[in-house]
Amino acid sequence: MAADGGMGHATKRREDVRFLVGRGKYCDDYVPAKTSYCAFARSTVANGKIKSINTKAAAKMPGVVAVFTGDDFVEVGGNPAGWLINSRDGEPMKEPKRPVLAHGKVRHVGDAYAAVIAETREQALDAVEAIEADIQELDAVVNMADALANTKTLVHDEIGTNQCFDWGWIEDNRAATDEAIKNAPHVTTLELVNNRLVPNALEPRCSIGEYDPGTGDYKLTTTSQNPHLTRLLISAFVMGIPENKLTVHAPDVGGGFGSKIYHYGEEALVLAAAKKLNRPVKWTSTRTEAFLSDAHGRDHVTKIELACEKDGTFIAFRTETMANVGAYLSNFSTATPTFLHGTLMAGNYTVPNVYVNVKAVFTNTAPVDAYRGAGRPEATFSLERVIDKAARELGINPIEIRRKNFIKPDQYPYASAAGLEYDSGNYDALMDGLEKLADISGFEARCKESAKNGKLRGLGINSYIEACGIAPSNLVGVLGSRVGLYDAATVRVNATGNISVMVGAHSHGQGHETAFPQIVADMLGVDPMSIEIVHGDTSKIPFGMGTYGSRSLAVCGSAVFRATEKIIAKATLIAAHMMEDKPDNVDFDAGEFSVKGTNKKVSFGEVALKAYIPHDFPLESIEPGLEETAFYDPANFTYPSGAYGCEVEVDPETGKVDICSMVAMDDFGTVVNPLIVTGQVQGGLAQGIGQALLEHGIYDENGQLLSGSFMDYAMPRADDLPNLVVDHSHATTCTHNPIGAKGCGEAGAIGSPPTVVNAVVDALQRGGFDVEHIDMPVSPARVWAAMNE
Amino acid sequence: MPTISMNVNGISVSAEVENRTVLSTALRENLGMTGTHVGCDTSQCGACVVHVNGKAVKSCTMFAVEADGAEVATIEGQAHSDGSLNVIQQAFQDHHGLQCGFCTPGMIMTATALLRDNPKPTETEIRDHLEGNICRCTGYQGIVNAIMAASGQKPAIAAE
Repeated sequence: MAADGGMGHATKRREDVRFLVGRGKYCDDYVPAKTSYCAFARSTVANGKIKSINTKAAAKMPGVVAVFTGDDFVEVGGNPAGWLINSRDGEPMKEPKRPVLAHGKVRHVGDAYAAVIAETREQALDAVEAIEADIQELDAVVNMADALANTKTLVHDEIGTNQCFDWGWIEDNRAATDEAIKNAPHVTTLELVNNRLVPNALEPRCSIGEYDPGTGDYKLTTTSQNPHLTRLLISAFVMGIPENKLTVHAPDVGGGFGSKIYHYGEEALVLAAAKKLNRPVKWTSTRTEAFLSDAHGRDHVTKIELACEKDGTFIAFRTETMANVGAYLSNFSTATPTFLHGTLMAGNYTVPNVYVNVKAVFTNTAPVDAYRGAGRPEATFSLERVIDKAARELGINPIEIRRKNFIKPDQYPYASAAGLEYDSGNYDALMDGLEKLADISGFEARCKESAKNGKLRGLGINSYIEACGIAPSNLVGVLGSRVGLYDAATVRVNATGNISVMVGAHSHGQGHETAFPQIVADMLGVDPMSIEIVHGDTSKIPFGMGTYGSRSLAVCGSAVFRATEKIIAKATLIAAHMMEDKPDNVDFDAGEFSVKGTNKKVSFGEVALKAYIPHDFPLESIEPGLEETAFYDPANFTYPSGAYGCEVEVDPETGKVDICSMVAMDDFGTVVNPLIVTGQVQGGLAQGIGQALLEHGIYDENGQLLSGSFMDYAMPRADDLPNLVVDHSHATTCTHNPIGAKGCGEAGAIGSPPTVVNAVVDALQRGGFDVEHIDMPVSPARVWAAMNE
Repeated sequence: MPTISMNVNGISVSAEVENRTVLSTALRENLGMTGTHVGCDTSQCGACVVHVNGKAVKSCTMFAVEADGAEVATIEGQAHSDGSLNVIQQAFQDHHGLQCGFCTPGMIMTATALLRDNPKPTETEIRDHLEGNICRCTGYQGIVNAIMAASGQKPAIAAE
């Protein structure tokens, strides 16, 4: 056991040092020799027919070396959706082509239809202004209900509809759920909106294409959460570059939250341009472009019904949701509103009937895809809002109605009515912990204090479950995934005893360079600082699926664990040979191999050296070297869960909501580094509070993004947030991965939005206002309007 | 193109810049000092904060020619001369005040200016002062805790 820096230790992050002195290396910090710069011409209309694009004047502008339009990419493949979803009638989803540059039509404001390459970025931007595009503006479809009803205005003419699919989960449960709701003693109905969000990683996207005509090798340096997936998409679908002739390198990545999972057309363009021009081509997104072209998140409109007994026992949940996919299918956009959403619609509860219907809708807006939580925040928000409403209607305390329906610890493994098998959890223990840490019993007194100050105080409670550690490849294959979702690690013990660990996951702020060595150090009994993580470069790492869905530790960490086990097994053979005994007689503990019952011992370092100087090895039984790879494919999802509590004060004069306290009580299974886990939850809470109170990607009826800058889209600032109290001590271990970890990256963003809204509605109800629901963001204007209707 | 001369982190430098070049671009592209980051185009995010003649400035709001003759301090000049972290930087590491690291240079430069003007700020004063710096990763808790600690005060809540 490594005393300092092993499993469970709050080790300070080693990567911080370079970030703190300004020596991080992000994509935009790279400038290869002879770099040229790319700028895009983007549509200013939401729906338009491209009649002509005249690039002659732009091509003559100072410094311009090339101009590209959609015509240059007609033969190139489309950027595909990663999941095939079938409609209830068995029809496969509609999959219109997503081109590198728009061709024939532009389909959302920000849709790129031409690109200029010039000697400087400013010259490229100037030349974009000189492109003469004759684009005939057409009516746009923005509202989802309108898009479904309107068959004349289509985002994609060739598919004849704006509906991508009409999905039912689980279709065989539909009739029973309908029947249960029809016969139920009490049914609570709620219509709600899960507001569109813009992920807004602080580092804008950036891509640099390079091509070596001598070898035919391409290199893409890009802002990616999963470089291997990007390489696969470019190679197999979009450009046909052989995988072994394309390196994708994502250096330090400045946040992602999902938005940097996906392959974007700009990446293909800089590669194609680099080859044509025989020099590096670099594009760095402006924030304005990021708002218009990064994949957005959420954007569901839902009707949910909860049927229950008069005593609050749940009988059925039924939801109908419209999910916006925007103008094109982004890589995970069809999985997010379906399998990452519908499968969670039983929540933490022993409800016997669940049915979910999701219609995915094309609109003339930016593509919508997975954003921190990805489907699970939408599920949790719907469930936990309708449960709160039901509790109020039935006169049951919101904590008690949840407890009454919780799956109990002795019921695992538990097959949920939405098709998942939960492996472990203890929701009552989490709620107990929350009640204590949040001092729920003291709420009424605080409520009176607030009233003295003229404020309405409310308490919001929430209980969530999510499915993380995505995912078992065999299961997701059945569900429609076109990729496997394992991950991979190579542990290379060097001759001098230090260790390189090559991983498929890629940190964009999660602290992998610190946390993964804690696992290896713990297992090998070596100094964690002797272990280096290598990630983000497809030429150096095994084929992994990257970082998203709270999967790095549960999936890639498990691969690291398995590869390290193989190292110990091989090293044991070498140690036995060195000590002239049988491997079965050799023990390994705290970095030392010893022969049972003797004083013979060799250190791990001595074994490492011997592995590379095998003068006397029995080569028929021991190969030289000490390097092992493991691909880990999980047996099940992991199921983090939590109980969250929030207190707010509402100013009845203005409708302004202040969050007085936010407490998150989470079960993440085994925690490798509590410092990092706490930070992950706090960051998620901030994004969830942002969704609840501030953030909204708003398009007007013409498809113009009204909240398209940091001056219009309200990102949470330090003075918008309370202290964020986090506890992850009430843990149950994941039963099916070797670490026992469940994943923590998304929890805060999943659990907090309904907690906040429940608290606001509670405050208004206590204040005598008959308000059942307010859609997010719960802005002062909306609260005031709700109070004064 | 005009040539400007500045003293950056104690070193005299000069660069040829266009009239329209902003200071953040001059630092990053003309001088190769990529520690200063650019996260937006509306002077909102604060990732580009540097000190110009001792004052914290969003370097994207200022033309490089306006900094001609100025003393400029950037993130690259904040560590001790032996390379070790200064008190504020160390507090950010100790209290998990950064995750992806992209906003961090601006946060450090803003925090440095705050503590110079107000050596013992309250938590509320810290949060108010950070209003011009966006962090999307930390929820600001680790940052607030770090600045409390760097000023010799107990963090608002424990770091783990």
